[in-house]
This record gives sequence, C-alpha cells and structure tokens, in this order.
Amino acid sequence: MSAVDPTVALDVELGAEAAGVSRRRRRWPPISVLLSFVLLAVLVVWAIAGPSLAPHDPALQDLKHALQPPGDGHLLGTDQLGRDVLSRVMAGARTAFVGPLVIAVGAALIGSFFGLLAGYRGGRTDAAVMRVVDLIWSLPGLLVVIVIAGILGGGYTLGVTLLMVLSAPSDTRLIRAATLEQRPRPYVEAAEALGLSGRRVMLRHIWPNVLPVIVANSFLTFAFSLVGLAGLSYIGIGVDPSTPDWGRMLSDGRGLIWDNAWTAIAPAVMIMVTALSMNLIGDWAFEAMSDRGRRR
Amino acid sequence: MRRQVAALIAKRLVFAVLVMIAVSFATFSLLYLAPGSAEQALIGPRPSTPELIATLRAQFHLDDPFLVQYWHYLNGVLHGDFGSSIRTAQPVGEMLSQAAPVSLFLGIYAFILTIVVGVTLGIVAALRHRTAFDRGVVGLSVVGVSAPAFASGFLLMYVFAVELGWFPAVGAGEGFADRLSHLTLPAVALAISCSALVVKITRASVVTALEQDYVTFARARGLSQRRVVLAYALRNALVPIIAAGGMIFTGLLVGAVLVEVTFGVAGFGSLMIDAVDAKDVPTVQGVALVFSFVIVMVNLVVDLCYLAVDPRIRMQGRIA
Repeated sequence: MSAVDPTVALDVELGAEAAGVSRRRRRWPPISVLLSFVLLAVLVVWAIAGPSLAPHDPALQDLKHALQPPGDGHLLGTDQLGRDVLSRVMAGARTAFVGPLVIAVGAALIGSFFGLLAGYRGGRTDAAVMRVVDLIWSLPGLLVVIVIAGILGGGYTLGVTLLMVLSAPSDTRLIRAATLEQRPRPYVEAAEALGLSGRRVMLRHIWPNVLPVIVANSFLTFAFSLVGLAGLSYIGIGVDPSTPDWGRMLSDGRGLIWDNAWTAIAPAVMIMVTALSMNLIGDWAFEAMSDRGRRR
Repeated sequence: MRRQVAALIAKRLVFAVLVMIAVSFATFSLLYLAPGSAEQALIGPRPSTPELIATLRAQFHLDDPFLVQYWHYLNGVLHGDFGSSIRTAQPVGEMLSQAAPVSLFLGIYAFILTIVVGVTLGIVAALRHRTAFDRGVVGLSVVGVSAPAFASGFLLMYVFAVELGWFPAVGAGEGFADRLSHLTLPAVALAISCSALVVKITRASVVTALEQDYVTFARARGLSQRRVVLAYALRNALVPIIAAGGMIFTGLLVGAVLVEVTFGVAGFGSLMIDAVDAKDVPTVQGVALVFSFVIVMVNLVVDLCYLAVDPRIRMQGRIA
C-alpha cells in the first residue's frame, strides 16, 4: 500500500469504475435480480390463481391425516387440521402480495402529493410538510401499529392503512429531494415561462421525471410492509384466523415444530425470500439510476 | 465550554421530559380509542355489574373531565402506580418489573452482538473495498434486512434447538449461564436483522474516512495500518454510526417484541402482545410508556456520545 502513490491508485480506481459503469449499462441485471423478478412473477400468478393451482383445497380439513410429515401426496405435509401446507403457502401469496402492493402504491401517491408540493413550493409549505414527516419518522413505526391496531381490534384493512401512513414519509422525503433537484432545470423554467399553473408543472412535467425514484422506492416499501403485515398477522391482529396467510401460518405452526416443522418453515422462508427479492430489485433500480446520473 | 455542554444537556433533558409527557398523553388516550366506552374497555371480559361499574368509575375518575382524568393518571404513574391489569388483576407496575430483567438481558445481548458483528464486518468490507469479500458482506446485509427476527428466529430454533439440540428452544432460563444459553438464539435472530444497517453505515463511513487527506498523511508518516484504521479512520467514521444508534436500538426493540413471542420469552414484548390480545388497556399503556421512556433515554445517551466523540459539536454547543 505504502509503495504506491495514493493519487495514482485513486486515478486507476476511478478509471476502472467509469469503465465498469459503461459496461454495466449494456449488460443484463445481475442474476440475483433476474431470479427476484422470476419469483415476483410466480407470486403474482399465485396471488391471482393460487387456490385453483394448488394441489389441494387450501381450506380442506382432513383430521385423519393431520400433522403428516412431507411426502405421500403432500409435498410439505399437513398442518394440525390436516390441511395441505403447500396449498396454503400458495394461497397465502394473495395476502402477502395485495396488502404490500396497496401500501407501496398508496404511500407512493401520498408521498408524491406532499413531496412535490414541499419541493416545488418550498417555504412554509415545505417546512410544515417536513415537520410532520420528521414526526412520523421518529416514531417506532411497527410498535405504534401494534398498539393502535391491537386496541382497535386489528384486521387486515386497518393494518394496511396504518402501514401506508407510516411508509408515506419515506416517499415524501425522497420525492421532495428529487423535486428539489429538478426544480432549477431549464424545462421547469420553460414550463413556468409558458404560464402553466403550478399544479400542471408539478404533475405533467416534474412528476414523470421523478417517477423512477418512486418506482425504485416502492419495491423497498413493498418489502418493508410485507414483513410488517406478516408480523401483525403473526401476533394475531392481522388477517382473520381462517385466511391462509404466511404470518398467521408461521404463528400457528410455531407449536408444531416437533410434529411437522414445515408448517412454519415454509411460510418463514417465503416471507424472507419474498422480502429479499423486493429489496434486491429496489437496490438494483436505485443503483442503475445513479449510474445513469453519473454518465450524464 | 463546560457551560455550553451543561446547557446542551439541560436542553436535551427538558426535551426528553416534554416527549414523555406527550407520549403519556397519547397512551392515556388509548383508553378512549378502544371501541365502546372507557368503562367497557376497563371491565374487559368480566361480567358487568352496577357495582363493578361504579367502582371503576370511581377508581379511574371517569366522572371527571378528560384532562382531570389524565392528571390523575399521570400522578399515579409518577408514583409508580400504572393501574392494574384487566387480564390478570395484577398491578401493572409489578408485571413490568417482572418482565424488565429478561427484556433488558435480551436487549443488551442483542445490542452487543449487533454492534460487534456490524462494525467488524463493516470495517473489513471497507478495507477490502470492491473485492469479493466486500460484495459478499453487502449481499449478506441485504439478506439480513429481509429477514425479520420472528421468521429467522423460527428457522434458528428449528436448526439449533430441535435438530442439533445445542440451545434450548423456549423460555428465558434462570441464572446467568442458563439465561445466556436460552437467549442466544433470539439475540442472534435480532442481530441478523439489525446488524445489516450497522454494516451499511460503518462500511460507507469508513470508506469515506479512508479517502481523507489526514489518512493519507497518517500513512505517509509511516503509522501502522492498525493505528491508521482504528485511531484515524474509525474514530471519524464513528459519528454516523453513533448517530444511527437510536434508530438501531429502536429497530431492536420492535424486533424483540415479536421474537420474544417466537421463543416464549416472558419479557416486555410477550407482555405487550398478550395485553393487546386481551384488550388489556392498562397493561398496554404501561408497556408503551416503558418503551417510549427507553427510546427517549437511549436517544439522550446517543446525543451525549456524540459530544464525547465529536469535539466540533462541543465547540458549537448544538447538535446538527
């Protein structure tokens, strides 16, 4: 290390990086991201048609064949009521996909509204919006959701709503920052010079330009809220007991660790793998965007 | 300068007290957030007789205006009286003090694991910036972020408690050694999900610090790699790590609530979940107050650590 002139080392490194960037531009996303997209596709199919694709009826009880180990017509065995674990995992994709999707899109819309407003208008609007954002940001999110949802009696819709409100500040902050970056650009000035209304400039001109940031962040929000919703169902204040849901299955299967651990291993792995895929896609999208920014 | 530091600490303490008052007000309002009337929430599953209602109305001052009720509640809390649980009829204060040692043990254990693992991996990854090791660590941290402790905890339990039998599966254990072995798996599960953030911050800040002129100068003076990294790069990289300390701790706290349920550990988390399940409002209020007290205190300590590490803040007398 000491033998090399540090400035030369720095130049070499920068050169290597610049070359790496341009090479990466033309390449496919890394294999981990491709696999994540494949999993996402599978999840969508399961969420739409899971119960009809499943080898067994996810709700069908068969007490005579309860707690069977994997094999013999049940790939992952059966739970305490004799329901097929694999079929329930497939059917569980619905609550695992729809809730986080609604949260991610909802938070992105709320965040777009307040983020554009704060970033474009600035001044007092900005200060007020950011004050609220900081306030929500400083709360221990999931804990607040557990307390409020618990006292109000829980439920999937309530969980989704609360998590959406808690996720919105992250979008707001990000979109405000992106808007501030777009604000001084010539196209905004041109739109303003044409006498377009502030609303039109924000929605038709700035918003499409900050959209990539919003989409990338939505994957991260998806991962966060998937884990959050599963956590709520895990402690019994999410979905109602009969719904096949990964969090709920993990909670029900916890006590069956000695009989058929797959009743809990399968949903636990699905929660982690799905969250991982979404985080990988989100991180990749952010990275691809910053590469593009550097090239310009 | 000492006066400035004292003034800063005083300011943070006043702020902490204000936050606690706000939180106590919010938790007190929980009683009115619950569906049905406050007395229904307090009766819970018990049969509602006119006597019981009368007793509760008197005990909780339900006939007084809201703010007066709140004053009575706050007064009680300040004297260590959190009311009594609807579920167990036990005083909430007693239940909290029973849960405290277990949760404290788990919290400190997980915090130490998180920091040690996170900072070490972060430094090594930064030193081997853009190597396979670095990429591996970054990849692992994405896995960690995606592995909630209640799910990874179950997998750990299955592998290390059921299949291998190295650790007990459930409970908190008695005595130090026994407790240590009981709480290892939950602490590891928490550390997996929380150290990812520490790795990310440490790696980024050490990479930045290593690029600074003072590091080049220290190297030029022929100081050992060890001294350059630990005394020069790491000390400067510590500021963002400490700044995130409050966030990391809050993450641990939230994770611990769920992981305590997974491992049947009778701490604050299990207490909270059982209380939420039974709509046991006084207990939920008690645990929520304790949690927010802990979070406020940790943030206070974080601010003080800031002062100790970064002389610039001491000079300016404010925390950016």
